Amino acid sequence: MSKCRRNLLLATLLAAPLVATPALAEKYGLGREALPEEINAWTVEVFPDGKNLPEGSGSVADGEKIFADNCAACHGDFAEGVDNWPKLAGGDGTLANKDPVKTVGSYWPYLSTVWDYAHRSMPFGNAQTLTVDETYAIVAYILYSNYLVEDDFVLTKDNFLDVEMPNADGFIVDNRDEVEVPKFSEAACMSDCKTDVQITKKATILDVTPNEGNGEDTAAADTATETDTAQADTAEAPAQDAPAAAEEAKAEAAPAESLSADPELVAAGEKVFKKCKACHQVGEDAKNRVGPVLNGLIGRQAGTADGFKYSSAMKQHGEDGLVWTEQTVEEYLADPKGYIPKNRMSFAGLKDPEDVKAVLAYIESQGG
Amino acid sequence: MDDKERQGNPATNAALSRRGFLRAGAAVGAMAAGAGAARAQTQPDPLITEVQPWASGWGDGVDATPYGLPIEFEDDVIRRNVGWLTADTISSINFTPIHALDGTITPTGCAFERHHSGAIELKKEDYRLMINGLVDKPLVFTYEDLERFPRENRTYFLECAANSGMEWAGAQLNGAQFTQGMIHNMQYSGIPLRTLLEEAGITNLGDQIKDKWVYAEGADASSNGRSIPLEKALDDCLVAIKANGEALRKEHGYPVRLVVPGWEGNMWVKWLRRLEVTDEAVQSREETSKYTDTLADGTSRKWTWVMDAKSVVTSPSPQMPIKHGKGPLVITGMAWSGRGHITKVDVSIDGGANWQEARLAEPGVDKAVSRFYLEIDWDGSEMLLQSRATDSTGYVQPTKDALRAIRGENSVYHNNGIQTWWVKENGESENVEVSS
Repeated sequence: MSKCRRNLLLATLLAAPLVATPALAEKYGLGREALPEEINAWTVEVFPDGKNLPEGSGSVADGEKIFADNCAACHGDFAEGVDNWPKLAGGDGTLANKDPVKTVGSYWPYLSTVWDYAHRSMPFGNAQTLTVDETYAIVAYILYSNYLVEDDFVLTKDNFLDVEMPNADGFIVDNRDEVEVPKFSEAACMSDCKTDVQITKKATILDVTPNEGNGEDTAAADTATETDTAQADTAEAPAQDAPAAAEEAKAEAAPAESLSADPELVAAGEKVFKKCKACHQVGEDAKNRVGPVLNGLIGRQAGTADGFKYSSAMKQHGEDGLVWTEQTVEEYLADPKGYIPKNRMSFAGLKDPEDVKAVLAYIESQGG
Repeated sequence: MDDKERQGNPATNAALSRRGFLRAGAAVGAMAAGAGAARAQTQPDPLITEVQPWASGWGDGVDATPYGLPIEFEDDVIRRNVGWLTADTISSINFTPIHALDGTITPTGCAFERHHSGAIELKKEDYRLMINGLVDKPLVFTYEDLERFPRENRTYFLECAANSGMEWAGAQLNGAQFTQGMIHNMQYSGIPLRTLLEEAGITNLGDQIKDKWVYAEGADASSNGRSIPLEKALDDCLVAIKANGEALRKEHGYPVRLVVPGWEGNMWVKWLRRLEVTDEAVQSREETSKYTDTLADGTSRKWTWVMDAKSVVTSPSPQMPIKHGKGPLVITGMAWSGRGHITKVDVSIDGGANWQEARLAEPGVDKAVSRFYLEIDWDGSEMLLQSRATDSTGYVQPTKDALRAIRGENSVYHNNGIQTWWVKENGESENVEVSS
């Protein structure tokens, strides 16, 4: 008891006023002052009025190239969206339709949000790597894809606020308190509230519910939606073919000393693979996603994973004889854009050869 | 449905022992289907008469599992993903198995996940929280700093704004896990956000507090950021360092997440790294292009933060068929409101024509989940099972049709309409909608 009291006393001495409970605006003297460099490093969000927007510029023409390299794998060459990835263009005039298409052009109210999001959160799996000018260029290209600017347009800090967003006036502040709450706050009916209750809609007609397996529902869900999205079709095919390809590759190019024989290396590789798995899958149920399946990678000719839509640059390198080995993967990952210019992989790479070795061990352990 | 006539139903082996819901008895399958609810056991039950292995040998010693998981027989009580909803699992969502849970606290290991760029691994040693913007003195805290502030324990639900979002156009997914499972309810230990803001100093704002905002931002690659009115930040928000008594799980924002009671889950920024007091809302991606609700005429509501009162019967439900046939049946479910606490839950077994008040297991807790029970004597005929929550402001959970009449079908978010399960004579259920 006395010990507790002493602690309390110490605590209250630390905080100026001598009270047992925290008083309003009492300071504890904890933390330290943030340095200007630190505040600048993290305070990068851009406001609708242009606050925090850095000096810079980018053209539609430059944006087209940068978009193709960094964004098109998911968003499509024309920002039209691949599979379930977001569409950034189109959808004009669809907001009142049954299935509105919400894009930068049809929906987003502020251009600042586009710039801010691309700059801070994109590319997916490689965020915060675009330069200021690259971001301006990408945003310019997205505007162009939405027919909001001409092909010779250059977006700058100075003309940023001149761009008119079509749906800028399309939003109202939450009005549920006025429109809904009074209506839904009436005394609830308890008996004879309605007659002749009929079932009007059933979930089983759609049949899109995943199976109840333990962790195996993803595959089940894909099957269930084959009619629903084209994505299922493209995703299914490689899943069947990949194991066969992996078998072939193994037979041909089984390395003398297997990297995957070292469990520690495999475990390290699994961690490294986190950087890859936003786009790549490996293992029994692996499918092509943003990037190709990595089953059977070692010994595979570049640009030949079944069913994957490669850049022409990657395909060309494969046709010219590039085969993935520990050495070529290491060279490629050291500088993906330098090793194969114009390839689609928007990944900065793995600079440390040990990381490459580890990740290859992991890929191999997964049937790669 | 009030017909209390009891008849044996051999087709569904609807025998029910009043001596208890003994699975053992059902396994033996030797119970006679008589006219009454009580069943006489004709053969001795070997689970009772014979010495079972577990009654003879050893079980696991302590430390067999230094951090325990549920027993293997419960391995179907897991989070599940709906693959076709999102392009991949990195920016995606899964669902709490609410159908199989009871009580109010969601076990952390099966509490749903929603990430925008995957669940990152951020060590406490590497953790920094910055408070900047319109404060007297911008500050940086380490995790250890946060542990030295007075903290509180409070229990809140977290519901994704998109919970039930797939059901706007009609019944789609067959299971409470999928239709209402983007929710969890945990006890948080954390520092009131007010304490931290006052440490940085907001006295300079005087009475302008009403017009100011706090922009909360996460440390992951999605940089998920949301603008929160300063008034709310000073009211009941917490900077949480523990959930359900232990460190936050990676998937729930370890080591620090923001708790924004009663408001949509996206605002509960995980891996919280920065709080900036601002003059205006940032209008970030997650508060403009997403988490805005498009109405029938094409205009959209923004800043729809509060989660309306809602409830769902979790059992019976499509994933929880009635296996025991007619007789005593426990109907249970959960209810919650972002405006206050739950005061009442009504249950209908006839699709909303007649309602009876369910029993709240405990008095309602502000912005937390309540558990309700309704014990009935099921006559074995089909039911259209619904629940309807009322909260402390008098708000009554509306029907889906009532919501659609105001919002249309394109809102995506904030669907708190009444759920209907069509419970069939064989005890199986299906997600349906009924006429108004």
